[in-house]
Amino acid sequence: MSEFKTALYATHLSLGAQMVEYASFLMPVSYSTLEEEHQAVRENCGIFDVSHMGEILIEGKDALKFVNYLIPNEIPEKETSRVIYGMFLNEQGCLKDDLFVYKLSNEKILLVVNAANILVDNFWVRNWRKPYKVKIKDVSSQYGEVALQGPKAKDVFAKYFKTDISDFKFMTFRTFKYQDQDLLVSRSGYTGEDGFEIYGNPELVKQIFIDLVKDYGVVPCGLGCRDTLRFEACLPLYGNETNETTNPYEANLGFGVKLNKPGDFLGKSALVQVQKDGIKRQIVGLKLLEHNIARHGYEVYQDGQKIGYITTGYLAPSLKCAVALAMLDKPYTTLGTVVEIKIRNKMVKAEVVATPFYQKHYAR
Amino acid sequence: MKIIEGLKYTKTHEWIKVNGNEAEVGLTDYAQQHLGAIVFVDLPPVGDSFKKGEEFSAVESTKAASDVYLPVSGEIIAVNEALEDEPGLINSDCYANYIAKIKINNPKELDDLLDAKQYALIANK
Repeated sequence: MSEFKTALYATHLSLGAQMVEYASFLMPVSYSTLEEEHQAVRENCGIFDVSHMGEILIEGKDALKFVNYLIPNEIPEKETSRVIYGMFLNEQGCLKDDLFVYKLSNEKILLVVNAANILVDNFWVRNWRKPYKVKIKDVSSQYGEVALQGPKAKDVFAKYFKTDISDFKFMTFRTFKYQDQDLLVSRSGYTGEDGFEIYGNPELVKQIFIDLVKDYGVVPCGLGCRDTLRFEACLPLYGNETNETTNPYEANLGFGVKLNKPGDFLGKSALVQVQKDGIKRQIVGLKLLEHNIARHGYEVYQDGQKIGYITTGYLAPSLKCAVALAMLDKPYTTLGTVVEIKIRNKMVKAEVVATPFYQKHYAR
Repeated sequence: MKIIEGLKYTKTHEWIKVNGNEAEVGLTDYAQQHLGAIVFVDLPPVGDSFKKGEEFSAVESTKAASDVYLPVSGEIIAVNEALEDEPGLINSDCYANYIAKIKINNPKELDDLLDAKQYALIANK
């Protein structure tokens, strides 16, 4: 076996999880059923082991300048508590990965990247190091991560950590000591619900997971429902909605691009050109008009002409209907456009609808 | 794991119940347990013909779609329409709820299928 295991591996097995290989890690896909876990996060509170995520630490005098060159979003010099959505863009302005940026100080910045891209991202970041005065460390094995998600997450979190969270805003983070060890917690998530992402020593994070499941009735949730939850809220998944041929505007991620920030950044000149020319295709929502389910990779047609493909599709558990995200050529991206999805040997009608499918319930 | 004597089985976890030159085809208990809650069954059009081993239907859980293969060549003469509204019937009783009825083209192909004992060796592995 060549797969990696997180510190919680044995815990998952003892909880009866069905395990699956994901990005070279053995991870729980579900413990009970995908549907029950999905509903627990929507209505109550669930917890995910996401220790497979990668962490890259940038330290040094030029850390802020360097990360501002790596990503198209702006990391301000002054504030520190905001979690910033970042992307690594290639020379064509397309996504190599997307990530969260935690600026601990102007000299110390933590990048949290997708598990599948840890190695590539490490090479990528190191590739652009010169002439910046920074040290780059892959600290993935030093961090465990769990995500506590759902409308009741705030009550559980406040009670467990005996802390006041009334001014803990969504997409901000805090660092504090817990059992004499450092924890980093952001009010954030990947489900469309309120919640917290907790980073720290893998053994400590494991203890938190176990305590919350055993003593607080928090439902352990697997990668199965993580995908249906993020999909309903139309949060992109790298490899589905985005890849090395997708630019941020096509994937509705323009909010993470600040063309007017001071200085150059990787992919900037390409994105300036994209803005000038306009995008030729875009991620849109589709609602199936016939009884069927569209899946990742299915082709989309109109009048016999291929106009795009499905990036993710499900019979959405919270919505009880079949919807999909699709990358479609313009002008078929207009709301109300009727298209056909090739499902096995059938052409199934679908309509372009507004996104997100599920309104996010973030604590603002 | 429930396996019924008298039915024939495939390595891909379909069962076939032969009645003269007609047969019912469905999914085994092993298949439904591994799929989990079935949320959609894509039924074939009546009148279509499929070869032995060809996918004639698909069953889907929330997570994924799985093809269903025809154990022997034949023509679809009926489908289980109850599955359109209640796909979970396959989970509750997979042997009472066939997916399609077929007219068998070549009865000799039945000889290649597994009996209950042979199938049990695969399903209980």
